[in-house]
Amino acid sequence: MAELQATMTFRTGQRVLRGIDGFGDFWVFAWRTLVWMILGSSQRKNWRLLTPQLYEVGFKSLPVILITGAFVGMVIAVQAIEQFRAVGLEERMGAVVNLSVVRELGPVLAGIMLAGRIGGALTAELGTMNVTEQIDALRSMGVDPIRYLVVPRVLACFLLTPFLTLFADMTGSLGGWFVSVVQRGVDSGPYWDYTQQAVDNFDLFSGLFKGFFFGAALGLISCYKGFFCKPGAEGVGQACTEAFVTSFIAILALDYLLAVFLQAVSERLWGFRSLL
Amino acid sequence: MSNGDTYDGAIIELRGVHKRFGSLQVLDGIDLALTRGQTTVVIGESGTGKSVLLKHIVVLLRPDSGQVYFHGRRVDDQSEAALVAVRRRFGFLFQLSALFDSMTVAENIAFPLTEHGDYSETEIARTVAEKLHLVGLDGLESRRPGELSGGQKKRVALARAIALNPEVVLYDEPTTGLDPVRADVINELILRLKRNLDVTAVVVTHDMTSAYKVADRIVMLQDGKIIADGPPESFKTSTDPRVRRFVDGRASREDLSVLDVQSNASDA
Repeated sequence: MAELQATMTFRTGQRVLRGIDGFGDFWVFAWRTLVWMILGSSQRKNWRLLTPQLYEVGFKSLPVILITGAFVGMVIAVQAIEQFRAVGLEERMGAVVNLSVVRELGPVLAGIMLAGRIGGALTAELGTMNVTEQIDALRSMGVDPIRYLVVPRVLACFLLTPFLTLFADMTGSLGGWFVSVVQRGVDSGPYWDYTQQAVDNFDLFSGLFKGFFFGAALGLISCYKGFFCKPGAEGVGQACTEAFVTSFIAILALDYLLAVFLQAVSERLWGFRSLL
Repeated sequence: MSNGDTYDGAIIELRGVHKRFGSLQVLDGIDLALTRGQTTVVIGESGTGKSVLLKHIVVLLRPDSGQVYFHGRRVDDQSEAALVAVRRRFGFLFQLSALFDSMTVAENIAFPLTEHGDYSETEIARTVAEKLHLVGLDGLESRRPGELSGGQKKRVALARAIALNPEVVLYDEPTTGLDPVRADVINELILRLKRNLDVTAVVVTHDMTSAYKVADRIVMLQDGKIIADGPPESFKTSTDPRVRRFVDGRASREDLSVLDVQSNASDA
């Protein structure tokens, strides 16, 4: 019994140490990416590497983001409208739907969709390159794989997640409007008036601001997992799962921290704002 | 130590190199000095650290202890940025070819050229054609790696490895997975490169036919240590049972005991 306990304690300790080790490795990786981002920005050949990634991350994700956004807006409207109608406040639907979408659901769901769509693809791509020695081949030819592979991918995620968030906001807003106004007959004029009252530029900004963080997090995590994946097809598969789960948790945790931060900033600048 | 090119000792030297992965001691004190212009073949069973040894030479892996020297200068403690200049003087042929699948054959071969230095488009195209001709694959420029056979991939990878006219070419199992005829084409290429470009070569293999054909010197690894080292003839006449078993391709009683256990279990 004591022996079993000792083994279990030992194993747990080992796992914790490995976790800490991995966490440290991740920050070294992130740091090297940042350094190369700055050092490499002066060379034109590096910018050429960015274009295909922008296309892959941005343009190709657009349909998924647009559809996700639309359904999110529609679902919030469906869930809320009867309650609001019961207390005679259905004209304020616009405020609730649009504020939820712009502040929270747009950026978070865009981030999560991208973690699934791009994160998985990045991890699988870099993981396969790792397993088939292509990353070693780059290094053997004197090319830093972080500069060549990681920086353009992370940069594309970082730069484009906020833009994709904007698109999710747009279709989310349209989806909410469609359900409230077109389907359930809320008056269009007051619907948008209340929206205008409730949604500030700062709300739009905070959504975009979060987008940068989510993009950087999912890009770095996915590349890191692919870069250090275990050998074989199984290793690549496992790395993809880990990349998605870790990105997902990181996005939600960052969302919490940023929400606290942005709220504090907003209160400092404009004081408390009542929505009702 | 004297500097760079005036150094007339061994071109590559490993001193007391140890490397461990987890609980597995892969290299256990390797001392090896390689002579310029020679082809050294490293043989040994799978998993004895041959590829790991090769990767230490260009510092794709760093030793836990011990040192690696290139032209008498220590390289294993240099930064990745400082190693670029060293690695440009090497060509590395990977076991799985490691061609970039997102690029054409021409782009793969041109890769080291476009990444290092200012070559004009025409210079690059000429070098690509020249290297492809050298490996006997003229006209395959626009193919993708996915459309090539295993032997063709190896030859394209070799063309890429020699694109910058390296001083040293490292071959990681160049003939593995090829039929005997294709394997011999690779052997001839290794000999041709040595003759034409005067390269120093290190070949890791477990193909004895290939080893005898290309080697000036053979080094045998077992359990992370060098157990035999000499000209090819010495391996043909060696009386060391470990060397004999490998060279003749005979399994030891120990290796076969695994089969006995399995067949006993299935008999019961």
